[in-house]
Amino acid sequence: MIETDICIIGAGPVGLFAVFEAGLLKLRCHLVDVLPQVGGQLSEIYPKKPIYDIPGYPSVLAQELVDNLMEQIAPFNPTFTLGERADAIERQADGSFITTTSDGTKIQSKVICIAGGLGCFEPRKPVIENLEQFEGKGVSYMIKDPEVFRNKKVVLAGGGDSALDWTLYLADVASELSLVHRNSSFRGAPDSAEKVQALADQGKINLILNANLNKLNGNGVLQQVSILNKDKEEMLVDTDYLIPLFGLSPKLGPLENWGLEIENGALVVNTKDFQTNLEGIYAIGDINTYPGKLKLILSGFHEAALMSHGAYRYINPGKVLNLKYTTVNGVQGF
Amino acid sequence: MENVITVLVEEPDGNQTPIEVPTDMNLSLMEVLKGSGYPIEATCGGMALCATCHVEVLKDPGLDEAHDAELEMLDMVPNLTDNSRLACQIHPRNEFDGLTVRILGDH
Ligand SMILES: Cc1cc2nc3c(=O)[nH]c(=O)nc-3n(C[C@H](O)[C@H](O)[C@H](O)COP(=O)(O)OP(=O)(O)OC[C@H]3O[C@@H](n4cnc5c(N)ncnc54)[C@H](O)[C@@H]3O)c2cc1C
Ligand code: FES
Repeated sequence: MIETDICIIGAGPVGLFAVFEAGLLKLRCHLVDVLPQVGGQLSEIYPKKPIYDIPGYPSVLAQELVDNLMEQIAPFNPTFTLGERADAIERQADGSFITTTSDGTKIQSKVICIAGGLGCFEPRKPVIENLEQFEGKGVSYMIKDPEVFRNKKVVLAGGGDSALDWTLYLADVASELSLVHRNSSFRGAPDSAEKVQALADQGKINLILNANLNKLNGNGVLQQVSILNKDKEEMLVDTDYLIPLFGLSPKLGPLENWGLEIENGALVVNTKDFQTNLEGIYAIGDINTYPGKLKLILSGFHEAALMSHGAYRYINPGKVLNLKYTTVNGVQGF
Repeated sequence: MENVITVLVEEPDGNQTPIEVPTDMNLSLMEVLKGSGYPIEATCGGMALCATCHVEVLKDPGLDEAHDAELEMLDMVPNLTDNSRLACQIHPRNEFDGLTVRILGDH
């Protein structure tokens, strides 16, 4: 079991900065994020866009801000569980919490800080009637271990960069690979699109353009995908796996069931220390709401500082906590 | 009225609700729809990066062609139709009177 002072759920910019503010108070942090990388919306939705309203930075690229935050918090040695969703939290008899992830990882912490943003990033699912019936039985939305597909028949669907990249990767892994795309061309990275076309010309992959997923067939497990072209003609492709790759979008997710007060899809907090209705559980960044809330990175950073002080007082009742400037004390890591 | 057009929104029950849309306030159709109370999250704030403002155009009075960024995002929408657009990339002009859309969102 992982043990820490603050378990931070969500490794977006706000969760990351909380590590710094908590670190100044000698509190250790562990972060959990369902994404395989840190940075939340910044790295997932707009890594290459400039942000203009970070104080002190006339302009900073979103990914650059994330990289800088990682550098800034490094002295405090945060630990991470990435690629796993925080599914459940449980309060122990001694007041500590255990957070359990989708892969069964357990994190014990003195307090919990939810920095979940707009929610858990989850795959967009194509609209196919019997899709859910085959989830985990041939249908998956993410590729964690490509070796699973070695010498198997695979159908990929989608037209973005990740569909192109995985097509290139899996072409040598799968025994038979098809890529289904709705349009006649790809708008992803031009060189990947060219390579995919070349593989198709060499007969190494089966490129099915101007076509849509229609129906799945199988007896318990996926065996066949029915695909319709623009003229509604059906094509049947035998397969072991179907991997729709339509990107990710945030959904509130499991924290809906944690007994927290929710208003319009956000967690209600007080503005003294950003505690939720449950003692020892805080919420900062886009995920929270209070009178006057602005969903800005700037506001989340402020909330992270107040949350850390609140968490310190909660963990160390009665101890006096003086505000120390970093200019005076420097950054003393651990 | 000058610089106001009517856009029709087809509701799930098939009825069409007319909404008045100013054409001189630099608002996107997404902002107008959101302002009229339609549940559009607009996660990306109108940058063609989230597809939560995805609409199907049912009557097209001659909208401009979609730009690459919009088409690229639409590629990621699982519930794409032949007439899909991102409302945040539609900037109402006087010629667009009678534009009719159905709100689909990104899933
Ligand atoms: C296109 C775009 C442009 C923007 N421009 C600006 C701007 O110019 N200035 C500005 O201040 N803000 C801007 N924003 C808003 C800004 O990105 C957000 O305010 C910021 O990302 C909030 O940070 P956060 O850490 O609270 O949440 P997020 O960045 O959303 O990160 C939350 C993380 O928590 C994870 N998570 C949630 N629930 C769970 C769970 N149960 N288990 C595991 N992980 C979970 C999610 O996967 C996510 O990675 C913009 C947003 C977008 C989309
Ligand atoms: S508001 Fe995000 S794509 Fe239109």
